[in-house]
Amino acid sequence: MERMKVNPTRMMLTTLKKRLATATRGHKLMKDKRDELMKTFLEVAKENGKLRQEVEAGLENVYRAFTIASAIMSSEVMEESLMFPKQGVNLDMEKKNIMSVEVPIFSFETEAEESADIFPYGFARTSGELDTAISGLSDMFPQLLELAAKEKETALLAAELEKTRRRVNALEYVVIPRLEVTIKYITMKLDEDERGNQTRLMKVKDMMLEEAIRQRRKKDDECFSGGTCN
Amino acid sequence: MYKIGVMGDRESVMSFKALGLDVFPCEAEEEARKILHEIAKDKYGIIYVTEDLIKSIEKDIDRYNDSIIPAIIPIPSRQGASGMGMMNVKKSVERAVGADILFGGDK
Repeated sequence: MERMKVNPTRMMLTTLKKRLATATRGHKLMKDKRDELMKTFLEVAKENGKLRQEVEAGLENVYRAFTIASAIMSSEVMEESLMFPKQGVNLDMEKKNIMSVEVPIFSFETEAEESADIFPYGFARTSGELDTAISGLSDMFPQLLELAAKEKETALLAAELEKTRRRVNALEYVVIPRLEVTIKYITMKLDEDERGNQTRLMKVKDMMLEEAIRQRRKKDDECFSGGTCN
Repeated sequence: MYKIGVMGDRESVMSFKALGLDVFPCEAEEEARKILHEIAKDKYGIIYVTEDLIKSIEKDIDRYNDSIIPAIIPIPSRQGASGMGMMNVKKSVERAVGADILFGGDK
């Protein structure tokens, strides 16, 4: 891992150490978030898959009934029968918070009070198959709504999970190693400077000592030869 | 209060009209695109779109993927399920996990 281009100073070292501590803590938190998200997501996705299969199978039945009905009745009568629906649906949405991801929960109210009261036509001119189809579809409606909520939840969670996963990886494999390498580089550089300084000081001290000894000797020599020393 | 919309070919969506949902029969790509954006702005909480139609306006639908509303949900059209709705779920799993680990077995 390449180190950052920074000046190897003590101040930079302190800053980097602080950043490393933050990054490590962030990494741990992100990882926890990822794990929890993953757990929730897999559950939701599994439910979603199951629900989708059910809905697709159910809708197929409804379509089949409709096809039969439209084979028996003329398309004009069919369209006319469905033109003014008696049934109405009021959709309400609440938000649920899963690991700071907002997902919708749908609830609905139907306008017709009784489930037998949903047919928007008289029975005289329409065939029984149409009734079957419509009541089948009406029975399936809660499932359809649930599918919508689950599918949206899956998509939103997937997006968040992807983001979190990337962040965890970026922290784990890029940010933290790079910080560590840089910190090590600065520490070593500072140590090296310290050692250099130490030897220089020792050398200077040696030189000074040598100089002092030399002067002392000179003085002593003068004393011996002249004999005038006090 | 939100509304529910259904988009798709006339044959397939007619049945939803009986439930009191708002039905937008359309088949042409351009028309579908226009309707989608219009109703997405207009307090529709859920928009069911038939799989056949989704194929042609996929890019426009992706735009609403990351917002909480509207939820655009593929439903099989009258021709039957093409497995595309399932594909979407699989794609989500792949996006989140990196590989499809849930539905790999079937299909």
